[in-house]
Amino acid sequence: MTLKEGKPGMNFTVLSIGDSELKERLMTMGLIPGTKIKVLRSAPLGDPMAIGIRSYNLALRREDAEKIEVQQAG
Amino acid sequence: MSTLAVALTGNPNTGKSTIFNELTGARQKIGNWPGVTVDKKVGYTRYKDRAISVVDLPGTYSINARSPEEKIVIDFLMHNKLDLVVDVVDSSNIERNLFLTVQLLEKGIPLLIDLNMQDEAKKRGMKVDAKRIEEIIGMPVVETVGRDSKSREKLLDVFTTTVMERYHITDTIQEHIDNVEALQKSGMPEYMVEEKVIAARYALIDRIMEQAVRFEHVGATQSEKIDSVLANGVLALPIFLVMMYAVFQITFEWIGQPIADALDEFIGGTFTDTVAELLTSWEVADWMQSLILDGVIAGVGGVLTFVPLIFILFFCLSFLDGTGYMARVAFIMDPIMRRVGLTGKGVMPLMMGFGCAVPAIMGARALDSEKDRMTSILVTPFLTCGAKLPIMALFAAMFFPDNAANVVFLMYVIGVVMAIVAAKLLGGTMFKDKGSTFLLELPPYRIPAMKTVLLETWDKGKGYLVKAGTIIFAMSVLIWFLSSYNMDGPAEEMSESFLASMGSAISHLFVLHGFATWESGAAVLSGILAKETVVSTMGILYGIDGEVSTEAEDAVETAEIMLGSSMGTAFTTLSAFAFMIFSQLYTPCATALGTIKKEAGGWKWMGFSALYMFGIAWLVSLVVYQVGRLLGF
Repeated sequence: MTLKEGKPGMNFTVLSIGDSELKERLMTMGLIPGTKIKVLRSAPLGDPMAIGIRSYNLALRREDAEKIEVQQAG
Repeated sequence: MSTLAVALTGNPNTGKSTIFNELTGARQKIGNWPGVTVDKKVGYTRYKDRAISVVDLPGTYSINARSPEEKIVIDFLMHNKLDLVVDVVDSSNIERNLFLTVQLLEKGIPLLIDLNMQDEAKKRGMKVDAKRIEEIIGMPVVETVGRDSKSREKLLDVFTTTVMERYHITDTIQEHIDNVEALQKSGMPEYMVEEKVIAARYALIDRIMEQAVRFEHVGATQSEKIDSVLANGVLALPIFLVMMYAVFQITFEWIGQPIADALDEFIGGTFTDTVAELLTSWEVADWMQSLILDGVIAGVGGVLTFVPLIFILFFCLSFLDGTGYMARVAFIMDPIMRRVGLTGKGVMPLMMGFGCAVPAIMGARALDSEKDRMTSILVTPFLTCGAKLPIMALFAAMFFPDNAANVVFLMYVIGVVMAIVAAKLLGGTMFKDKGSTFLLELPPYRIPAMKTVLLETWDKGKGYLVKAGTIIFAMSVLIWFLSSYNMDGPAEEMSESFLASMGSAISHLFVLHGFATWESGAAVLSGILAKETVVSTMGILYGIDGEVSTEAEDAVETAEIMLGSSMGTAFTTLSAFAFMIFSQLYTPCATALGTIKKEAGGWKWMGFSALYMFGIAWLVSLVVYQVGRLLGF
């Protein structure tokens, strides 16, 4: 599944990140295969979403989250 | 001993600016890095008889040289001989912060690692072992808690005693560097190398984390609890609206306006009277008296009265930014802003546009993509800045006495709507193929350091003071001259002055708008130089100079005076409304145009901005007037 489908409270492990303009920036910010992320919330209108990653919080748009393959964890 | 040269580097939101402000206080110079629109901040201090210079490099997450900020950091660190490079690390977010640290170490730059925000890390249940980090990395580590005078002394102590030569890269780091070099020589495609290098960096960071950081208890942080209210569910947007309403109330009602009124009273009353008396007692020539009193003091003074409004607005916004709330605003507003062709991060610069377009245009630097930045720059001047407000207030009070407040509010709405329409149009045409990106750290909520908020407010607002001292000063003299002289020398009647001929030339453009008088033409012209002068020019032209206040609060009083003058008959209600709309939307003032040239990169954009806004204003105002006439107003 992709991160786009993530609901608040769900935990994931990143499997892969599809090519996009953002890919390298996402990786620099610590989102690489194997990283654990937790979906924190969606903005009131459903987009963007906030995730907890490497002890900080990051907001990204759902269309970018769609490029991130994840696996549900714990 | 020579000056100790120190550079501060680190991620955004690490408290780096606060450390810089604590270290150097107000002794700092803010300039520009050559060739790019990124602030260069240098500060000075003395400690134990040692002069210290500190450069605050832009906060970056990495040094890949992809953005101007990242390029500045790496170029500066590689090409300057520095005594000390301090890497400010937010301990509560050490994992991602170490990415930059590792990258800097790869470049062979010796670092002093400042584990800042120790208090926050502790609150989150994190135990960061500074000694262990020093052992693994081989570079000196100092712990600070950010906003605290002890931390300042501690840092300065380390600055003046630590000798970087004593520190060396450890085997662990060397191994990583060799690993990275091997990857770079592997002949793989460049993007693949880059991705593998990033993974290798985080692998090293994971090892450091394992050995030096312990999580003692993990629970929802305070910030997350606050976010569950401020950035979640149905409440987030109403709370945002209430916050913005409060900011405007503070600025225009509770604090800013009363100060502005007092200042206006002082400049227009006591100060002018005193100067007038002095000039008379010194027997200064009449024309000179007129120049100083009607030109300079009226012009510059009129602008100075906006200064409190603008500073209070910027203070509120800087404060909210410092708390971390503005990042949440970007988060919750992004879908709405996107629909109109902007981005959530653009809310903050646009808000500044209600004070003054100049810092608002500069604020667009914070936006990620070229498309977002350019759109934001080009639509900001449609908003009702502090200098347009008096035009609206005066006309509303004169021609809509029963509905003045509503009409002024309507002008704000028209400005916002026009900005949205323009953003949509620009996004769908000129910047159609450019993508927009959005990746935003939501930093923990913090109580901002007052010193940092004040310095930031000053930094944003000082441009306005400079404007008052330079361009407005020059314009006041120019307009005074143009309105007092013609080819034959001093004009007997203002209607025979240079200004009248220029105004009547331009007034031909407004034949179909209902305000084709030379007075309106002259006011429009002077408004391109500075919007503040529209009202004062009208005042001078309709011969009620001296009694015209540029202050919005006094609009009703001024309106009564002006209605008795020929201005009351020069406009109909409808043509006055058309003039208001035109003033709201047309060409930005000269200072804003200069800023657009600098920020958007060239004369082309400045010219474009001037012309397209004039065109839109002309058209909208024309349609309103003609449709209004058809409807029988």
